[in-house]
Amino acid sequence: MAISFAVTIWLIVLATIYLFSGQMGWFPPQVSEHGGAIDDQFFYTLIVVGVAFTLAQVVLGYYVWRYRSSAHKEVTYTHGNTKLEVIATVVTAVVFVTLAIMGQKVWAQLHLQGIPEGAVKVEVTAQQFAWNIRYPGADGRFGRTIPQLINDQLNPVGVDPKDPASEDDIVTLNRMAIPVNRDVQITLRSKDVTHSFFVPALRFKQDTTPGMAISSHFKALKIGEYEIACAELCGIQHYKMRGFLMVKSSEDFEGWLKEMSEY
Amino acid sequence: MSDSGNPEVHAEPTTFLRKWIFSVDHKIIGIQYYFLALIAVFIGLGLSVLMRLRLAWPNESWPLLEKIFPIGFDGGPMTPEFYLALMTMHGTIMVFFVLTTAPQGGFGNYFLPIQIGAHDMAFPVLNMLSFWVTFVSLGVMVAAFFVVGGAPISGWTAYAPLSALGEVAGPGLGAGQNLWIISIALFCLASLLGALNFITTVLNMRAKGMTLMKMPLTVWTWFTTAILALLSFPVLLAGGILLLLDRLGGTSFFIPGGLVVSDTIIEHSGGSPILWQHLFWFFGHPEVYIAILPGMGVASQLLSTFARKPIFGYRAMVVAIFAIGLLGFFVWGHHMFISGLSPLSALIFSVITLTIGVPSAIKTFNWLGTLWGGKIRFTTAMLYAIGFVSLFVSGGITGLFLGQTSIDVQLHDTYFPVAHFHMIMGVAALFGIFGGTYYWFPKMFGRMLNEWWGKFHFWITFIGVNAIFIPMHLMGIMGGLRRYAQSTEFKFLEPLQPYQEFVSIAAFITAAAQVIFLVNLFWSMFKGKKTSENPWESTTLEWTIPSPPPHDNFAGKIPVVHHGPYEYGVPGSPRDFVMQTDPPIDKNK
Repeated sequence: MAISFAVTIWLIVLATIYLFSGQMGWFPPQVSEHGGAIDDQFFYTLIVVGVAFTLAQVVLGYYVWRYRSSAHKEVTYTHGNTKLEVIATVVTAVVFVTLAIMGQKVWAQLHLQGIPEGAVKVEVTAQQFAWNIRYPGADGRFGRTIPQLINDQLNPVGVDPKDPASEDDIVTLNRMAIPVNRDVQITLRSKDVTHSFFVPALRFKQDTTPGMAISSHFKALKIGEYEIACAELCGIQHYKMRGFLMVKSSEDFEGWLKEMSEY
Repeated sequence: MSDSGNPEVHAEPTTFLRKWIFSVDHKIIGIQYYFLALIAVFIGLGLSVLMRLRLAWPNESWPLLEKIFPIGFDGGPMTPEFYLALMTMHGTIMVFFVLTTAPQGGFGNYFLPIQIGAHDMAFPVLNMLSFWVTFVSLGVMVAAFFVVGGAPISGWTAYAPLSALGEVAGPGLGAGQNLWIISIALFCLASLLGALNFITTVLNMRAKGMTLMKMPLTVWTWFTTAILALLSFPVLLAGGILLLLDRLGGTSFFIPGGLVVSDTIIEHSGGSPILWQHLFWFFGHPEVYIAILPGMGVASQLLSTFARKPIFGYRAMVVAIFAIGLLGFFVWGHHMFISGLSPLSALIFSVITLTIGVPSAIKTFNWLGTLWGGKIRFTTAMLYAIGFVSLFVSGGITGLFLGQTSIDVQLHDTYFPVAHFHMIMGVAALFGIFGGTYYWFPKMFGRMLNEWWGKFHFWITFIGVNAIFIPMHLMGIMGGLRRYAQSTEFKFLEPLQPYQEFVSIAAFITAAAQVIFLVNLFWSMFKGKKTSENPWESTTLEWTIPSPPPHDNFAGKIPVVHHGPYEYGVPGSPRDFVMQTDPPIDKNK
């Protein structure tokens, strides 16, 4: 019994290490400025966690085998070892808190630093089960919105035509284009329930909480088309609330905006 | 030992109704809670099997299942709303009616009074009341499946405004959601009564000599769990009442102004969805510890008993239990990093969250220390205790990823946290319950559980849960999103499908193996080998009395305690263990 238990635990450790080695699948490709740091932080944590996990499980398996009653007759009578416990506690505390502090860097960069000057402004208004994307147009200002004006077909975010700032606003459905290598200021809203704007390739996820306009920013570094997924349960079609993020060259982006404004 | 009978002991009931149904005996109530949890766990398990069926083969039709659940199939594959209803009810039933109920209501009720040398709980009638309210609560919850629209689809977290707006937001969000809230409110009430009872009993009813630092660690964990329940359930109760008012009374606690659902303007204004999340998680995080702390107590008790060694670092264990309980109240914000919470407070929540890993690490260290130099007896109960430690490590350690703000940005709402919390508060806690069952069953029913079948059940379950939940972490890393009725609608989710199938197959095998446990339980109750007072050669007070114990536990003789709870392998002692009630050792001899 003892040996098979020990071996089972060790095999689980081996299988886990293999699974986490990246051979069997890993994060989606990473294309944002801040995403690399998140992946790095994951990697550092993986090392710490991997060592602690392996150590604890291997020792557990070893003790199970080594101290089985059939092989070990003399019990070591002890109530503990304060010195050892204090050392273990301090070491763990230092490692864990260090990780916590290291993990804050990217967070602070995303949420505590001001929006960079000259960022491209985009507003996302989530609804069951679609993403409405709005650009402010040439004036750089979003027009006023009024919930009473909302009409899924004709005016999905309820833009007020009486507001001069709204005249050049551009609204698209499920398709969001941004220029490569430029800061993007994103403002997230919801019309109905809580959704979450998730672009796996950007390492960016932020809830769209009804009643709030949450601002954040990012920069995409690679031209291409990436998926936008809803990450917060929002109703029956949550699993297919899909949008597309199109990262374009500056010229293509301007061209696209122009095309959309004419449409 | 004192010979005086206790005048406060209520008379032994004579009618069937008073003895078995409306009993005030903590032991009967404990058994009632245990069986309530047993019914609940098989419902919850059944729901998860159906969920796994859809996740692995989303486009497949199941004509037989369609006959049983006509509401969940639309003449073809399982509907997404049925999937979400299964998911909501699976989570709710498992968290409340299994993980909160079995370890605390079941084992705590039965063994806490005995382990501290009391004849019953402090408030026996209150105890009965808390069970029956829990019973009604489960009935109301299950009834949600059978009302118009079916069970709610808003998840066990019932995030507002999805849960607040009614049917306009989706099926099941009408009558089903109302029943869900009423059931949870009743459950909160019952837990509150139970918690008061546990705390009073521990503080007031300990036998002579049972000082706090001589209490078994199981008692410490039940006591701490009761404090957590006392402080956290009222907050959920308040949240539930406010949510019900938003739905039925026209208030706007959680619904902000200006919402438009499918072109329908919602006539509410001024509420905040974030407020619900604060109230929910202020309860929800301590709830995680409510589920796992008693398991830690049971694991400590079993590891010491079957390693025939004192628990390593008893005092540190007590401090760690309390530290976990205390810190558990200051980390709820880590569920809300990306909710729109102030990013500054996220920093604080993150640091406290990683700090809570420290007492958990101490516990692991001490469990290993308990095994070290021991003489391990591999009973089924011990296998579960060792399995508990292994799962506790695997499940707990991934909290180090999720507690970090930046990593959470990517992993939040993926399968990674699903794997994390299932591993720790799901299966590790269940291993505590299984271990407790194998250990205490002889005391409760006077017969042994079958050890061979017990071990067979253990092996399938231990390998099975690892096969289900370890690959699930990888699914999260790959971007797999939780609460998706299927992961086939996105390109980046395509690589997930083989994993979905693998996990489903592992889940079916593991689920099937649970029938072995069920059969063993009922078979042994009537046909199991008869047992003595102390079959495991344990030291705590429940093993000084007959199996099953008499109505007032100690037959009028309240014990006097002389020793700590885990005196195994004591040098110079005639037996390899010293019971808590053994006469004091004369040091002059």
